[in-house]
Amino acid sequence: MSRIQTRFAALKKEGRGALIPYLQACDPDYDTSLELLRAMPAAGADLIEVGVPFSDPSADGPTIQAAALRGLKAGATLGRVLEMVRAFRETDNETPIVLMGYLNPIDSYGPAEFCFEAAQAGVDGIIVVDMPTEEADLLDAHAREAGLDIISLVAPTTSNSRLFHVLREASGFVYYVSITGITGTNSASAADLEKALPRIREVTDLPVAVGFGISTPEQARTASRIGDAAVVASALIKTMAGTLDDGRATERTVPAVLKQLEGLAAAVRA
Amino acid sequence: MTNTSSPLSSPLANSLRSGPDDRGRFGIFGGRFVAETLMPLLLELDEAYRAAQADPEFRKELDYYLKDYVGRPSPLWFAQHLTEELGGAKVYFKREELNHTGSHKLNNVMGQILVARRMGKTRIVAETGAGQHGVATATVCALFGLKCTIYMGATDVERQKPNVFRMHLLGAEVKPVTAGAGTLKDAMNEAMRDWVANVADTYFLVGTVAGPHPYPEMVRDFQSVIGVEVKEQIMQAEGRLPDVIVAAIGGGSNAMGIFHQFLDDVDVKLIGVEAAGHGLDSGKTAASISRGRPGVLHGNRTYLLQDRHGQIEEAHSISAGLDYPGIGPEHSWLNDIGRAEYVGVTDEEALEAFQVCTRTEGIIPALECAHGLAHVMKIAPTMAKDQIIVLNVSGRGDKDIFTVAHHLGVKL
Repeated sequence: MSRIQTRFAALKKEGRGALIPYLQACDPDYDTSLELLRAMPAAGADLIEVGVPFSDPSADGPTIQAAALRGLKAGATLGRVLEMVRAFRETDNETPIVLMGYLNPIDSYGPAEFCFEAAQAGVDGIIVVDMPTEEADLLDAHAREAGLDIISLVAPTTSNSRLFHVLREASGFVYYVSITGITGTNSASAADLEKALPRIREVTDLPVAVGFGISTPEQARTASRIGDAAVVASALIKTMAGTLDDGRATERTVPAVLKQLEGLAAAVRA
Repeated sequence: MTNTSSPLSSPLANSLRSGPDDRGRFGIFGGRFVAETLMPLLLELDEAYRAAQADPEFRKELDYYLKDYVGRPSPLWFAQHLTEELGGAKVYFKREELNHTGSHKLNNVMGQILVARRMGKTRIVAETGAGQHGVATATVCALFGLKCTIYMGATDVERQKPNVFRMHLLGAEVKPVTAGAGTLKDAMNEAMRDWVANVADTYFLVGTVAGPHPYPEMVRDFQSVIGVEVKEQIMQAEGRLPDVIVAAIGGGSNAMGIFHQFLDDVDVKLIGVEAAGHGLDSGKTAASISRGRPGVLHGNRTYLLQDRHGQIEEAHSISAGLDYPGIGPEHSWLNDIGRAEYVGVTDEEALEAFQVCTRTEGIIPALECAHGLAHVMKIAPTMAKDQIIVLNVSGRGDKDIFTVAHHLGVKL
């Protein structure tokens, strides 16, 4: 079983959903984000999403855009992100790591090389925001060969018939983009989720993670109960950004994010 | 000249005009690289566009607006004084700057707004660089009473003030984008963010032959009226096809518009002129084909200015309409198969051509097409006097007089 399958199976036994925090690699610098990554499991992360900085993150809101720019300024490259995951795996061989980013850096790296090296580094899954099912053949075979899950995104605009098409070959888990919008803006209501999730479960047995617009412990709890996992991204990055001094990490940076993560985890586990 | 009909594409066997394929690809270029949230909308748009193409009423409606509102056909002007001054090939201007709103942009906007209306959309968002597309979009929104939001890079808002004011007068909301260098690339990102957040009522009216399928094809189809007219007009004037067609390229809509009808006429040389900025090797350029490599941005695979890690680089050009690190995917394909040639012209050369055109022909061209003219000025003297060049004068230069004055050291 993959780390992702193992983790979701264990949580199912525990009878709760997962909390998936997000951090942008190299934001605000390599060392700080590695320190944060390493500390996240103890603070309550069940899986971790690592953002790969891209110059033009057109599906992201201002918070993640700014984080991506800080990461790039600190020298983030896809190779450097893999290095970070490799370093994380030295101390944690269980927490699943999912990379989230845009296609061009992967395309530039070489799809085959990237999939192979990502799996070697200890990455479990990849989310490529601007690679819909129609274009997924670019990575599919390489990812399968390397043992990486390509996490499929579905949205409120995805029709029932299209869900079959999108999830036909899905693996790992399904990422439900719970709002029509960019990251860190609106939130879906419990009622929205109650309506959406059965649609998805109709076509797949995979766990469903709910993301985009989840910021409070209460929202994380709701999403992780109606779905199987809650992804929290912009809210954590906002906290981190608030601790920076002229774009640089301070001694408050890592503790502040971890404290917020603990609060979210407590709600998800309550 | 009676033909004002819009040539909506139909599949052709063994033709360079048959693209894109059903995945929206021209060779390896194009495609639909967007978030899943937008994917169903693109499929819906594709369906709506096919239905419009097949509907004679749509063509009739479009032809009506092209003729009586846009002012088509636009003339083909023999630039006699310029020809004499250059001392070589005969130079003709396709006068797209005479269209309503002063550029070729309205051809596409008129087509898409009719598609948007058929789809029942009530709000329009668009990106703009020089403001020409923004003005054209704001214009049709005024005409049809639709809400209109235009995203424009903050740098461009500053250097294209007249167009910003025109958009305001037309009732559009202009949102300056401060991310990145505050130019067209950043405006495109922001327009896509708006679209994804407002999918229910909003139509994204793309201004160039780029973006996810079906935009490159649809915009090309609506612009290809330019080439259809040129073919007929040059046959009337000269009794034969031109030797060379030249057009400036940012995203490449005016060039695709004039090239497309001639793709299978292999004796007609097609030249796209990219903005070289301070020079092709200066690091401050917008020449995506000459200095970029294929990658994926804004929904399509195409030539992009990018670093070796796949991060997109800022483009540079004196012309806000060419200041974009990518290019339409069909151009990337035409380059790779060798059907069209892509060259660079610097800011300086464009400024010089701008003045020559104004002085010899009494036509103030947009800085965008001044790039095209600068290349014509290089090649015409090397050609025989019975050879023919057609330049697409895609826009008028009134909007650029402040920029030009600034560069000439004149205070207005």
